[in-house]
Amino acid sequence: MPPRRAAKPPVAPSKIVVPGNSGVKVTRACTILKPASELYSFWRDLANLVLVIKHPTTIQQISPTESRWSVSAPPGDRRIEWTSLIINDEPDRLLAWRSAEDAQIPNAGTVRFEPAPGDQGTEVTVSLEYDPPGGKVGAWLAKLSGEEAGQQVADTLRRFKALMEAGEIPTTEGQPVGEPQKSKKTSK
Amino acid sequence: MKAVCWMGKKKIEVQRVKDPVILNPRDCIVKITSTAICGSDLHLYDGFVPTMEKGDILGHEFMGEVVEIGPRVKNLKKGDRVVVPFTIACGGCGHCRQAQWSCCDNTNPNAGIAELLNGASGAALYGYSHMMGGYAGGQAQYARVPFADVGPIKIESDLPDDKVLFLSDIFPTGYQAAEQCNIVPGRSTVAVWGCGPVGQFAIRSAMLLGAAKVYAIDNIPERLAMAEAGGATALNSDHGDIHERLMVLTGGRGPDAAIDAVGMEAHGSLYDDVKQRLKLEQDRPYALRQAMRVVRKGGVLSVPGVYSGMIDKVPFGAAFGKGVTFKMGQTHVQSYLQPLLELIEQRKIDPSFVITHRVPLSRAADAYDTFCKKKDGCIKVVLDPAA
Repeated sequence: MPPRRAAKPPVAPSKIVVPGNSGVKVTRACTILKPASELYSFWRDLANLVLVIKHPTTIQQISPTESRWSVSAPPGDRRIEWTSLIINDEPDRLLAWRSAEDAQIPNAGTVRFEPAPGDQGTEVTVSLEYDPPGGKVGAWLAKLSGEEAGQQVADTLRRFKALMEAGEIPTTEGQPVGEPQKSKKTSK
Repeated sequence: MKAVCWMGKKKIEVQRVKDPVILNPRDCIVKITSTAICGSDLHLYDGFVPTMEKGDILGHEFMGEVVEIGPRVKNLKKGDRVVVPFTIACGGCGHCRQAQWSCCDNTNPNAGIAELLNGASGAALYGYSHMMGGYAGGQAQYARVPFADVGPIKIESDLPDDKVLFLSDIFPTGYQAAEQCNIVPGRSTVAVWGCGPVGQFAIRSAMLLGAAKVYAIDNIPERLAMAEAGGATALNSDHGDIHERLMVLTGGRGPDAAIDAVGMEAHGSLYDDVKQRLKLEQDRPYALRQAMRVVRKGGVLSVPGVYSGMIDKVPFGAAFGKGVTFKMGQTHVQSYLQPLLELIEQRKIDPSFVITHRVPLSRAADAYDTFCKKKDGCIKVVLDPAA
């Protein structure tokens, strides 16, 4: 995956699991006013991630480096399961993972934690690549339905940031509303 | 409870809706004792703000009594009397830590929509479209106040609602607009476009900050009269060229600072009226253009008026050539609550001067119509939620 900024410290390349250029690759970043160690610790305890991933997801830790993931994925909200392997773990700096060989949707990713200039906290950069169901057509369909990977990564980062900085994720779900409300209130 | 619901362009209904409940640990619920209609609510009423949905509860100027408290709110207790800032801020992000409360990163659940449209999302606001958070507003009998440990200010004196209600928005908004003008006491001249409630507070704040002269520009006699009562020199924009008059009044220099307290629905330009109606332009920046052209070289243009989208034919060259400083944005209300409450307590200002209409909440639809059409001398409407 292309690095977002050339100046970042070198990181061992993760094994590319997505064949050819059929995969979708996204990178998103945010800055969180917390030390890298705190952010890394939250992320390293994979069970925490269900709090910040908006899609209904279950994550079951199998061993220190293996976890079983289950999410509902578009199109059609079918349930996708795979085993994820942590392939690089540099405490307080980086985590990299990829799916096991038999994954239906091969995927790989990294999250990096790097100090922001001055006292601004930590820059968190997530890169994700995956082979979408239905190839690039599937990715395009997902984009149309608003379930594009870039948006999902951005949502996850935004929720992660809010939880770490504000201690809660903002919501309006369950608030009063007049009739008729054309769409149900959801946080995006 | 009863709540004022937006039901489409120029359609307001007071509906019975369920009462708000605590949804997050830093929430509280306020039983509203006074609430107001803001000039910026008219942008919603007139259908110019995207991502409104039928049934949305309006209102972002309210105060009341704390009746329920989330488990993580430690600075409030039941029975506290509070004024709630219209900008919702988390207190923990980099912007909040720098007192840029209205730039808060973490309070808008729909930040993704704002990012798509504007590149970034500011703090969420009450009752001001889904793009701005989609939070139910305070023109209602109760409101859920998120991040209640950061926003609301307790009123511990017996000052009546009328004197403190406007700490929620228009007084800090007018004050910030004036403060941004870098007024040198006894020396600076300030011109204010728009003598609605924010303009009125900008005028009085500029006077409090020591402006040598404040010029108030509008075309509605009762608004100009109120501006004059606040110490301004009134200029009726229907009676002659504003640019020429301001240049003469300031000895050919132009005002040191210009405040655009009008925003996206300025009147006076057929070009923008037509383009906005045809949706070729989102905002009508007539006052802004005039202010940019007349403000003094090296001066400040301060914009408390709300803009939401694209504008055309902005004389950027004029502003560039004069080295004008632009200051704008939603108000960092949390920074102003305590100092402005003190000004009220010291009787330096009585914000209730701006109230012209008191209306039961149940008659909010009529009140919006009256305010929008500026009928019956209407400048500021306070709604009584109990009625």
